[in-house]
Amino acid sequence: MSNSRLLDVSGASKSFGGVVANKDISLHVPEGKIIGLIGPNGSGKTTLFNSIVGYHPLDEGSIQFEGQEISKLQVPDIARLGMLRTFQQTRIYGKMTCVQNMQISMPQAEQGFDKIFAKYPPEVMEKAESLLEFVGLYSKRLLLAGDLSFGQQKLLEFAMALMNGPKLLLLDEPTAGINPTLINGLIDRLKRANADLGITLLVIEHNMRVIMNLAEHIYCLAHGELLAEGSPEEVQNDQRVVDAYLGAH
Amino acid sequence: MTISPQKLALYAGLLVVSFAAPFVLPNLQVQLGSLWLMVVFALTWDIMGGQMGYNSFGNIFYFGAGMYITAVVQRDLYFDVAEYEATAGTVDMMTSQQYLTGMGLGLGVSAVVCVLFAVILGSAILGLRGHYFAICTLGLGIAAGEIAGGIDYIGAGSGLVTPVFPAELGDKGLFFYFLYFALAVVTFFTIKRVLSGRFGLAINAIRDDEDKAEAMGLHTVRYKTIAWCVAAFFLAIAGGITGNMIGFIDPIDTAFAGATFGVWMVLMAILGGKGTIWGPVIGAILFHIAKEFLWTYLFGLQWVALGVLIIVIVVFFPQGIMGFIRARWPELLGHKVDARITASGKEGTS
Repeated sequence: MSNSRLLDVSGASKSFGGVVANKDISLHVPEGKIIGLIGPNGSGKTTLFNSIVGYHPLDEGSIQFEGQEISKLQVPDIARLGMLRTFQQTRIYGKMTCVQNMQISMPQAEQGFDKIFAKYPPEVMEKAESLLEFVGLYSKRLLLAGDLSFGQQKLLEFAMALMNGPKLLLLDEPTAGINPTLINGLIDRLKRANADLGITLLVIEHNMRVIMNLAEHIYCLAHGELLAEGSPEEVQNDQRVVDAYLGAH
Repeated sequence: MTISPQKLALYAGLLVVSFAAPFVLPNLQVQLGSLWLMVVFALTWDIMGGQMGYNSFGNIFYFGAGMYITAVVQRDLYFDVAEYEATAGTVDMMTSQQYLTGMGLGLGVSAVVCVLFAVILGSAILGLRGHYFAICTLGLGIAAGEIAGGIDYIGAGSGLVTPVFPAELGDKGLFFYFLYFALAVVTFFTIKRVLSGRFGLAINAIRDDEDKAEAMGLHTVRYKTIAWCVAAFFLAIAGGITGNMIGFIDPIDTAFAGATFGVWMVLMAILGGKGTIWGPVIGAILFHIAKEFLWTYLFGLQWVALGVLIIVIVVFFPQGIMGFIRARWPELLGHKVDARITASGKEGTS
């Protein structure tokens, strides 16, 4: 394998009963890039995400992360290797404060049995606060996360993912439900997370303006199959992609 | 670690009241001792049900197991079974040194064995979530009672007599009062300590969204099992003490008393406020006082009245006293907006 490939999916297929959700999908995510994944509703994007992070086993195909086969591993094991996902339906810990949400999101890989009852060192608090500041939630840090607005929860979930310091972050519709004026800010933060923190991103997105702005390379799914791939311009001008979205299939 | 003067005053006040209570009210020593037992019940239940969101009706299992194990260790240390049965119940069957050694060793053994039970049972059923876990644990207590009632070695259905408290150790009421009190204090501070770090946040995260916790790489199974071990440890000791205080172990009415202690521990935690450290303490105190009043002034109807009380608690205080305070005055518990929008202190308008 080539060293620059962080994630390598080849020939991935997954069906639920008679419904073929993913069929022979291959994609790869080079280290340090932002890769987009688009497709109409029900085209199998989230299923592919779930397969990658270990929610359900693949029927066929292989998934490699840093050259290691991970298609048989469980969700927490994959997370500890440095690949995290955020959820389409935002998931935060509602009855804990934002700061606590951040603290518990610190990397789990090096936490042995001896650390279970340990308190958090001050660096964790500093990192939590600076990341909350990064997403603009510093002033809300002592509120219960469940009391935040949906958009703020989405930002918190993003900050939690950054706290974990993953190598690869899979974002499932990061801008869905966010106020349009905040979207530019979010795009900017995603780009900074990629450039400054060195986190590779794989992003599912429906908002074409966002994904064309963000991604360097885009994969398009339709009916569970890989329809097209290429640079944003290529995908945008691909007649098959336009047809898939407008319903010519 | 710093303690504010108000907190220090609160702890000092509680300490004075707790020390004075059995001397001021000598006729109520047993009830006051049970009060601390109730606090231990509520606190240990709350680790699972409140902090971690796993409603367990099976915690009583560790209480009963601890009770039996302590009594058996005390017995087998100095007697064989037949000899014990012949002398059981007679005053001075044991010297005070034998009594204390046996009890100390028994409590230690029961705590260790119950932690092992928690590891085994936890790895078997902590994979169940929500109602399924609750139902499964409900079976645990009932099954344990039935099984214990069938084992001759521990007295089977006719129960097991625990060693008689030696007269030379002084006042039995005071002895057990302070034993319970010490256990409650140690339980409270241990739980407070373990909840203040990583472990506390991890089990809270499991309560709020276990799938998310897994997706973030948390060792959820490990944390869940440890939570049950902490509860089992203190419940086993509480059971061992209680067996000795009551003097007789009935498999269903005292040891695996799911219908009384097993339900009360849940109610007390709910009444005070699940998922808080003070909630279970407050809930246990209020519940126990209310129960004692019902038993004294409404005797004959006490179970009916208790049933009504339970319904009132569940319907009107689903969040409990601490939960009500948190919802009403969140800023009291520190949930407030900071005017600063950056860590360096820049003021913002948002």
